Amino acid sequence: MFAHEFIRNAYLAGTFVALACGFVGWFAVLRGQVFAGDALGHMAFVGAIAAAVIGVEVRVGLFALTLGLAAVMAGLGRRAQADDVTIGVVFSWVLGIGVLLIALLSSGSSGGDGLIVANTLFGSIFGLDAGQSFVAAAIGLAVVLAATAIARPLLFASLDGELAALHGVPVRALGLALLLLIGAVTAEGTQAIGALLVLGLIAAPAGAALRLTSRPYAGMALSAAIALAAMWGGIALSYAIPSLPPSTAIIGLAVGAYALASLVSNIAVWPLPGKLRDRGSMSEVRSP
Amino acid sequence: MGNPTLSWNPIEDVHELLSYQFMVNALQAGTIVAVMAGVVGWFVVLRRQSFAAHTTAMMSFPGASGAALFGLPSTLGYYLACGVAALAIGRSGGAGRRGRSGESAAVGVVQVAGLALGFLFLSLYSGVLEQLETLLFGTFLGIDRNQVLTLAIVAILVLAALILLGRPLLLCSLDPEAARARGLPVGFIDVGFLLIIGLTVAATSQITGALLVFALLIAPAAAAQALTPRPALSLALSVVFALLVMWLGLGISYFSIYPLGFFVTSVGFGLFVAAKLVRRVGVARRRPQSPESSPAAVMA
Repeated sequence: MFAHEFIRNAYLAGTFVALACGFVGWFAVLRGQVFAGDALGHMAFVGAIAAAVIGVEVRVGLFALTLGLAAVMAGLGRRAQADDVTIGVVFSWVLGIGVLLIALLSSGSSGGDGLIVANTLFGSIFGLDAGQSFVAAAIGLAVVLAATAIARPLLFASLDGELAALHGVPVRALGLALLLLIGAVTAEGTQAIGALLVLGLIAAPAGAALRLTSRPYAGMALSAAIALAAMWGGIALSYAIPSLPPSTAIIGLAVGAYALASLVSNIAVWPLPGKLRDRGSMSEVRSP
Repeated sequence: MGNPTLSWNPIEDVHELLSYQFMVNALQAGTIVAVMAGVVGWFVVLRRQSFAAHTTAMMSFPGASGAALFGLPSTLGYYLACGVAALAIGRSGGAGRRGRSGESAAVGVVQVAGLALGFLFLSLYSGVLEQLETLLFGTFLGIDRNQVLTLAIVAILVLAALILLGRPLLLCSLDPEAARARGLPVGFIDVGFLLIIGLTVAATSQITGALLVFALLIAPAAAAQALTPRPALSLALSVVFALLVMWLGLGISYFSIYPLGFFVTSVGFGLFVAAKLVRRVGVARRRPQSPESSPAAVMA
């Protein structure tokens, strides 16, 4: 398998993007900001289109728009957590602009637009060249390092914002930083592996980890590990079964991990860390 | 058809617009969808279920590609997929309550699972989904009488369900504990509302496309709730705004070469921003007089 360059590239890019998604995703799920990540992912493609229309390099457009929107979302919410209504409205507006840009861009070409969208949504991890995969890996690594640097204060700010603020933790700045990291991993990930995959690797491994343990650092590590396992396994599976697209295989594994974790934990709600997991009281909260 | 030009005489313009059957169909379909979206969206905003609504809308993709693969009519595929997604979200614990982190992961997982499945269907089918752009971004061309009829039936179903469920749903949304204490089957109502979202979203996305549903579903309701905390008033306002967004969007789009989706989302966004600004000005002016927190903050 590793004799093929496209496989090596896929593994290189995939490894670091998966680690970044799993790690950053843990915080995103903790703070209920998965929608923000999802919205950023969808809006990322508008950045790509805008870049094409203006004539700058795609990555510039992607990053500029995604990071800009991440900052806007942070600015619009308290504790730098935008509410879902604002996210939804901004999201649909940005996509509306995207529609206009597509119309401006294509003006005449048929089917090309659907192709742009399809490519951005689903990406092609098997279509990366050496340079692209290297850049993706570098950005993924950078995000992991940055997230590691802010992990402790961010954790504090996420679990108890008021207390953290009293202790002098810059809660809003950390919230903004997280959204920017989500934006960065989304922008790069969308290029490399597609927006769908990015959302899946942000939501599922972290969701699984949070169902399995309430210990924060163990959870972060577990989330990253699950994302990595899904990525590696998915690439290998897709290589072995040609009719199975890589994104489906990777998502399948990630979602499978989540389903398994849900079964194992046997709890329908996520318990707050710091409180003992009391299954007796959890069962009354569970919907019939 | 030639290039329709704006004649600066609104009556004449509207008259020209209405002389085409496809526009009449589009307006009828749009009106039905706007009323439905305005009402359902009001609850979606209240219950903070925008992510669930978005996820359900995205399911039109596996719905359409699955329908193509299995030889079903694509509209049926839409409705089925949205329904299944609604149930999946409900089952996974993503229904109802606000802001619990576990549920946002659950909804995200349902979305990617559905999209990945859709992609699988697509590659098994032929790799090309011709109507992908329409699916994602909508259209107002080529809406036929049958579609209008189907939409009307779905709307009647949804609105009837909401008339029945209205009060219990409101209580569950505002105070689930109190609802439970009263013996209301909260879980059942939660899933029921998710199904209503599914139907509404499947219907709305036929015009606005899956990605732009929010322009009708969220923006008008959010604007309405920003302007007044009184439920009946904001509900009515939500419908009025949704109609405004749809009619203006369709009207402008008819005379323009640019796509409907852009105008619908722009009007929706503009409305939302305007409402927020009005609210901000209103709060600022009231502040010196009343120390109590603005009731509108409850609805924020």
